Amino acid sequence: MFGAILWFAFPINKPGDTLLQNALFFVLGGVVVISALCVIYFRNPIYSALALVTALFAVAGLFIILEAYFVAAVQVIVYAGAIMVLFLFVIMLLNLGDEESLEDRLSWAKRVAVVIASLFFAEVFYITIKLVGSVNAPKVTSGQPVGDPKTIGELLFTKFLLPFEVASLILLAALIGVITLVHRRSDERSHTSSDT
Amino acid sequence: MHPSLTHYIGLSVILFCIGIVGVLVRRNAIVIFMSIELMLNAANLAFVAFSTHLGDTSGQIFVFFVMAVAAAEVAIGLAILVNVFNIRRSIHVDEIDSMKG
Amino acid sequence: MELLSSLIFMLVIAAALLGFVMLLALILVLAERKVSAYMQDRVGPRRVGPFGSLQTIADAIKLLLKEDIISLQADRKLFILAPYLVFVSSFAVFAAIPFGRNLIASDINIGILYIMAISSVVVLGIIMAGWASNSKWALLGAMRSAAQMVSYEIPLALSILSVIMLVGSLRMQDIVGAQSGGLFSAQNRWILLDNPFTFLAFFIYFISALSEVNRTPFDLPEAESELVAGFHTEYSGMRFALFFLAEYANMFAVSAIAVTLFLGGWSGILPGYTFLNGVPGFVIKVSVLVFVIMWLRWTLPRLRVDQLMSVCWKYLIPIAFFNLIGVGVWILIFD
Repeated sequence: MFGAILWFAFPINKPGDTLLQNALFFVLGGVVVISALCVIYFRNPIYSALALVTALFAVAGLFIILEAYFVAAVQVIVYAGAIMVLFLFVIMLLNLGDEESLEDRLSWAKRVAVVIASLFFAEVFYITIKLVGSVNAPKVTSGQPVGDPKTIGELLFTKFLLPFEVASLILLAALIGVITLVHRRSDERSHTSSDT
Repeated sequence: MHPSLTHYIGLSVILFCIGIVGVLVRRNAIVIFMSIELMLNAANLAFVAFSTHLGDTSGQIFVFFVMAVAAAEVAIGLAILVNVFNIRRSIHVDEIDSMKG
Repeated sequence: MELLSSLIFMLVIAAALLGFVMLLALILVLAERKVSAYMQDRVGPRRVGPFGSLQTIADAIKLLLKEDIISLQADRKLFILAPYLVFVSSFAVFAAIPFGRNLIASDINIGILYIMAISSVVVLGIIMAGWASNSKWALLGAMRSAAQMVSYEIPLALSILSVIMLVGSLRMQDIVGAQSGGLFSAQNRWILLDNPFTFLAFFIYFISALSEVNRTPFDLPEAESELVAGFHTEYSGMRFALFFLAEYANMFAVSAIAVTLFLGGWSGILPGYTFLNGVPGFVIKVSVLVFVIMWLRWTLPRLRVDQLMSVCWKYLIPIAFFNLIGVGVWILIFD
C-alpha cells in the first residue's frame, strides 16, 4: 500500500511543500533502508527481488522530492519495467527455491562482511560529517531549471555526446553478447531435445 | 526544514553499505547481482542529490549512464547465470569452482 | 496544516478518479457484452434493468459476495498483494490523462513519461500473481504476459517518441495544444494527419497498445482455450474483480492516450466550432477507439506465441525505428 501512496504523491506533489517533502523524505528513506535490508535478508530470491523493487521505487520517490522528475520516471521505466522483470523471469525460469544451509559454513564471511561494511560506513560518515558545513552551505540556484527534459536533452547531445555514444555502444555490445550467450545452434537444439 | 544534502548522502552511504554486506554475505549469484543494483542506486541517489543542491544538471546525466551500464550488466550477467545453471544445476558462487588451481 | 491540506487534496482527487474508473469499468463491461452479442447475432444481457443495463452491477455484487478462495499451495502474501498492484498501477495512469481544458488531475511536465513508467509496473503485478498462484497455467500465463508486455513496450515507446519529437514537450496539455486546429486546418492539425510518418506511428501505437493490455489478437496470457484463464486462473471473488476492473480501465486508458497523442485530445474536430469540443468530444473519440478494440476481439483469431514475438521484434520494432527517422527527417525539411 506504500506504493499507492507514492503514486498518488507522484504527480500532485508540488515543490515548495517543504513539510510534505520532509515527511516524505523520512518515510521514503526508511522504506529504502528496510527494503534494502530485506533484499539481503530474505532467503527466497523472489522475495529479495520484490524487496529490491520496493527499494527502487522508494529511490524514485526520493528523486521526486529532489525535483528530478525525469530521472525518477526513467528510474521506474528502466528498473521496474525492464531490469526487475528480467530478474524475476530468470528466477522463475531456473525455478530457484530457498537457499540451502550452505551459509552455515560461511559464518566467517559474514563477520568479514560486517567489518568491511562498517569500516567503509565509518569512513564515509566521518568525511560527510566533517564536510557538513562546506557542503551544506550554498544551495546554488542558477537561473535555468535543473533536470527538466529539455535541459537534460541538450546536455546529453552537446556536452556529453561522447559518453552518450559510448553508452549506446555498451548497450549494443550487451545485446550482441546476450544473444551469443543464449543462442543455441540448430544441431545443439535437436541434440538436447532428443535427450529430454 | 528541507531535508539537507547531508541527509541524502547519509542515506546513500547506508544503502551502499547494505549492498556491500549483501555481496559479501550472500552466496546466491542472483542476490549478489541485486546487491550490486543497490550499490548502483546508492550512487545514483548521491548524484541526483548533488545535482539538485548544486543546481547542475550534469549529475542527473550521469544517472542515465549508470542506468545504461546497469541494464547492460544485468542482461549479460543473467545470461551467464542461465548458462552456468544449465551446466552446473546451481548458481551458488561457492560451487562454481572448477577453475580453482 | 499545509501538509494536511495537500494530503486531503490528493485524497479527494484520488477518490474522484477511483469513482470514475469504477463507473467506467461497469459501463465498459456492459458495452463489451452488448457488442459481442450483436457481433454474434445474439441479444446480450437484457433481464436486469432496462435493456440489461444493471447486469454488470448485479455481477459485481455477486463477485463481491463470493467466497474468497486462496489455494493452500499459494504464496499467501504475494497472492493477496498482486491484484492490488495491478489495479493501482493501471488506475494511477488516469492521473495524467487530460479529459478537458482543466480536467486533468496533475499536468506534470513529464506527463507521457509518467504514464509509461506507471503502466510498466503492471507487469510486475502480473508476474507476482502468476508466481504466487503456484499453478502451471498461472505461471505460464504470467511468463507469456511478461515477455509480451516488455517486448511491445519498445514499439509503443518509439511511436510515442515521434509525437514528442513533433510537439517538443512531454506535457500532456502541450500535446493537446499542438493539435488545437482540429482535423482539416493547415496548421496544428491532428498529429495523426500531420505527416505520413505520424499516420503510421498511430497504427504502431495502436497495435502495441492492444498487446500491452493483452487484448485479442494478443490475448495469449489469458488464452482461454489453452491456459484456462492465464495469470488469474486461481483468483476468485473480489480479487478476480480487481483484475477485471484493471483490464477495462487499461483499455480505456490506452484509448484515451491514443486520442490525446494522435487524435487531438479534448480539442474540437473543427476549428471555430464548439461542436464536439472539450469533454464530450474526448469521450466520443475514446469510445470509438474502445469500440474498435472490442470489434477486433470478436473478429480476429489469436496469434501463436512465436508469431507474437516475430511480429514485435522482426516487423514492428524495425518499422517503428525507420518511422522515427522519417519523422525526424520530415521535421528537418518541412518545419
